[in-house]
Amino acid sequence: MTVQLIAMQLFSGLALGAVLIMVALGLSIIFGMLGIVNFAHGALFMVGAYAGLYVAGLTGSFWWALVLAPVLIGLFGMLIERFLIRPLYGRSPDDPLLLTFGLGYVLVEAVRILFGTDGIPFSTPAALRGVVNLGIGFFPLYRLFVIGVVCTVLLLLWIGLEKTKFGLIVRAGSADPLIMRVLGVDISKLWLVVFGIGVGITALGGVLAAPMRNVSPEMGTLVLAEAFVVTVIGGMGSLAGAVVAGLIVGVAVSMTSLFAPEMATIVMFALMALILLVRPNGLYGRAAPGL
Amino acid sequence: MTKGIEKLALRQISRRAAILGLAGTAGVLSMPWIARAQAETIRIGFPTPLTGPFAAEANDQVRSAQLAVKLANDKGGIAGRKVELLVRDDKLNAGEAATRTLELIEKDKVHAVVGALSSAVQLAVNEVTRARNMLYISISQSDTINEIKDFSPYTFHEALNPTMTTAVVAKHTFKKGSKVVYLVADYAYGHEMLRGFKRAAKEIGAETVGEILHPFGAADYSTFIPTILSLKPDILCICNFGRDQANSIKQAVDFGVKDMMKIVVPVLLHNQRLAVDPEVFEGVVGGANYYWGLEATVPFAKAFNDAFRAMYKGAIPTDYGAYGYTGVASLLMAIEKVGGTEPQKVIAALETLKYDVAKGEQSYRKCDHQSVQSVLVLESKAKSAMKSDADLFKIIANEPASEGVLRSCSELGFKS
Amino acid sequence: MSIVRDAEIAATPTRGGFATLFSNVNRWRVPLSVLALCILPWILPSQALAVNVLIYGLVAVGYNLLFGYTGLLSFGHAAFFGAGAYATGIAIGAFGVNWFAAMLIGLAVAAVLSVIMGVLAIRTRGIYFSMVTLALSQLVYYSALQASSWTGGENGLRGFTVSVLNFPGFSLNFLDPMIKYYAIMVIVALALWFVSRVLNSPFGAVIEAIRENETRARACGYDVERTKLLSFVLSGILCGLAGTLSAMHLSIVPLDSLHYHTSGLIVMMTLLGGAGSFFGPFVGALAFLSMEDVFSLWTSNWQLIVGVIFILFVLYLPKGIWGTLISWWKSR
Repeated sequence: MTVQLIAMQLFSGLALGAVLIMVALGLSIIFGMLGIVNFAHGALFMVGAYAGLYVAGLTGSFWWALVLAPVLIGLFGMLIERFLIRPLYGRSPDDPLLLTFGLGYVLVEAVRILFGTDGIPFSTPAALRGVVNLGIGFFPLYRLFVIGVVCTVLLLLWIGLEKTKFGLIVRAGSADPLIMRVLGVDISKLWLVVFGIGVGITALGGVLAAPMRNVSPEMGTLVLAEAFVVTVIGGMGSLAGAVVAGLIVGVAVSMTSLFAPEMATIVMFALMALILLVRPNGLYGRAAPGL
Repeated sequence: MTKGIEKLALRQISRRAAILGLAGTAGVLSMPWIARAQAETIRIGFPTPLTGPFAAEANDQVRSAQLAVKLANDKGGIAGRKVELLVRDDKLNAGEAATRTLELIEKDKVHAVVGALSSAVQLAVNEVTRARNMLYISISQSDTINEIKDFSPYTFHEALNPTMTTAVVAKHTFKKGSKVVYLVADYAYGHEMLRGFKRAAKEIGAETVGEILHPFGAADYSTFIPTILSLKPDILCICNFGRDQANSIKQAVDFGVKDMMKIVVPVLLHNQRLAVDPEVFEGVVGGANYYWGLEATVPFAKAFNDAFRAMYKGAIPTDYGAYGYTGVASLLMAIEKVGGTEPQKVIAALETLKYDVAKGEQSYRKCDHQSVQSVLVLESKAKSAMKSDADLFKIIANEPASEGVLRSCSELGFKS
Repeated sequence: MSIVRDAEIAATPTRGGFATLFSNVNRWRVPLSVLALCILPWILPSQALAVNVLIYGLVAVGYNLLFGYTGLLSFGHAAFFGAGAYATGIAIGAFGVNWFAAMLIGLAVAAVLSVIMGVLAIRTRGIYFSMVTLALSQLVYYSALQASSWTGGENGLRGFTVSVLNFPGFSLNFLDPMIKYYAIMVIVALALWFVSRVLNSPFGAVIEAIRENETRARACGYDVERTKLLSFVLSGILCGLAGTLSAMHLSIVPLDSLHYHTSGLIVMMTLLGGAGSFFGPFVGALAFLSMEDVFSLWTSNWQLIVGVIFILFVLYLPKGIWGTLISWWKSR
């Protein structure tokens, strides 16, 4: 086992961390801002990948898919918020969770009906094929591109939330919706938009994952678990937490792959249990809302 | 007052029952008379995962099995009796499969069960049929079912098992002195394939330079690949199945693995190959029980393909689909031979049966009831070499049936 | 989640004859349930399905203790169901223990596991509680997958078929579907009687008080943490009992029985029937399994139908089938 291999493994871990952040981001945003645990997250991720496939088929271009699919699915997310989630505000926080659990079932089955039960090929775009020599080893260009996209999205989110008026209102709204309403802000419109953005980013994750993981109706099942682990470790509702947790989990999985590869999945859940023992609200989490 | 409620409860439940259970109840009630009738229909239960990731394979299994039943009925039935296939969705879940099999036996009074696709489901069906002395023809690939611990005298294994597939694939891909790295899904089927390959490698004189176990159902394989590359093997042997196989090959190819080594897998599946780009699989070598291209050299394959095309608007049968056909056909041949469905007689007939219905001569070995059969070695074609959408593989070898590639009876724990 | 309160129904001062009727139903709830269970195998499409209704009904009743009555949404109860099943199967298959002792072992293992998971999970609140139970149960799932020499891994646990139930003096043919049904029904009936007693005890009142207002319950001097833990463990043990019965019924333990999808099914059944009511969970299990059984014969897209029905219930009938029926009755 050379130093070079360990360095390469560390790098793959961080790169995997970026993939995991991308996978978890939508879940984290929706929970952080609206306090909703979106159990349909995995299914929407999968729907995003299929939307990407559809757009790429129509336009013949991965780039259009990367832009249009998240927008389309984001709008679809707004419909979900408007007609399925909104009636549940004011009821127990468990209700949206249960509803999205059922929604996950429906979406998976709907995709099976529309696109078939088998997976569908999704090629890596020609411009992003091939490997790059990092000095410590070779790494696929596409994965480097994914890291770039994740960094860009994080940067945009940070600017949007911290540097704009809209971000200020969103943060205030998630901290105390009642006061915002008193101040005359239309909270329901705000939540509609935030939910749409969260779902859109989930779909973006799906499109980005498609060339790596292949597209199939079941691709969301594992994503849901991965996203939960990252979000819970980071502290539900904290963007910074999701980033740190994603990287920690990525490196932990990667290092386990080196020494005890068969434990690579179990280590995610063990890590999660361990962190919750020490910090019940995750690394960056605040106390649960609604209590 | 209480009585009123009771009545209501009764009414509510019985109304539901009337809607839900009409067919079932009728079936149970009418059974005694049918059971005594001379020309009783031969009922074959067929659990298969119509929902879930292997639905395409399951549908092919059903279509091929129905073809076998149709051909039997067209020529006037088996031993003068009509044949009926009772297809049930096992949802790729062993618990569901056990329930469905209980239903098939207890309610539908089937004479035999054929089916299953996943190893876990097959073993669940086996457990239920074994306790109830019910004939079962398994068409799922597994080594476990051959071993004495899970052996049932009523169970026959029509599908290939990993030992024979890997022995043949290794014979045509490994060379003396080849350096092999194994990437193995960490569950029974993965370990069975690994064991088979290593056994063959030892005989051939290939060298194992690495064994990497990956979690079953993993989505990301990027963290295993640096280790594989650092070991610099000639052959990367990927021992997993279905979606795991597609994902791991795809990601390995992204890392440029294929430029540095050959990728070998135990089993190439028609439908799973269709779910991935041709260039990802290009040059990957693996085994199969059946491929439609066999029709160029094997007359029975041509007959099977033609019958299938005629019944399903030009579609071609696939690997798992062929199992549905050979499994049901072998059972029906044995029933025909003894002229009835009495289990002990059918078992005796199956044990001595020689059948050739699609892929060359097959027979069930007496000790473990494994079907001894030919194994194909396929290579996935480049997109430019494909003459049609179904022209996926090149047949590298068609290894004739031989007991030599199986574990011996005594090795499995049977007194020979 | 709106919840039907049995206690409230029972305590409602006579508002016409219907309230009396309901207090009567409640008093006779165990015998009434048993009566309904007795006719189940005669009206369902198959006895195998009827046994599944018994088993999942019991799971839902056990889960309801925690979700419906204590107000804690756990997404990890598959762990107890599976643990009970695996422990029973291993006890019979690997150690040759008789069926009754194996059941007790199954219960004990489920109890221990629920104490461990409970102690860890009770520390968290609200949504976090759901997530932690989910994570811990997935940990159990992956552990079972890895420990394949004990559990059979992905192949599932096999080799422990119980074909005869031996009692002192007589024995029952457990392969006969009707005998199997009624044997399992007796055990389920005993469990229902136990749950009914628990709900009528002071403990039953305290858990409902916690559900309604945790702060107030604490202020009243109740040890909220201990009560929650006790409720968690009781509900875990009941799910474990259902697990042991499932192992004996199917003669296999599928690995899927530990997966969070199974936990999700348990939640769906409970909610469908009516969380927080005595009969609700059983009605939910019956409705859910019958739907699945029948729809999956018609179409391979049964999940779509089940999912849509579940969404409609969350949106419009959050009290579930039984809860809605009761409110409708009361409003007449």
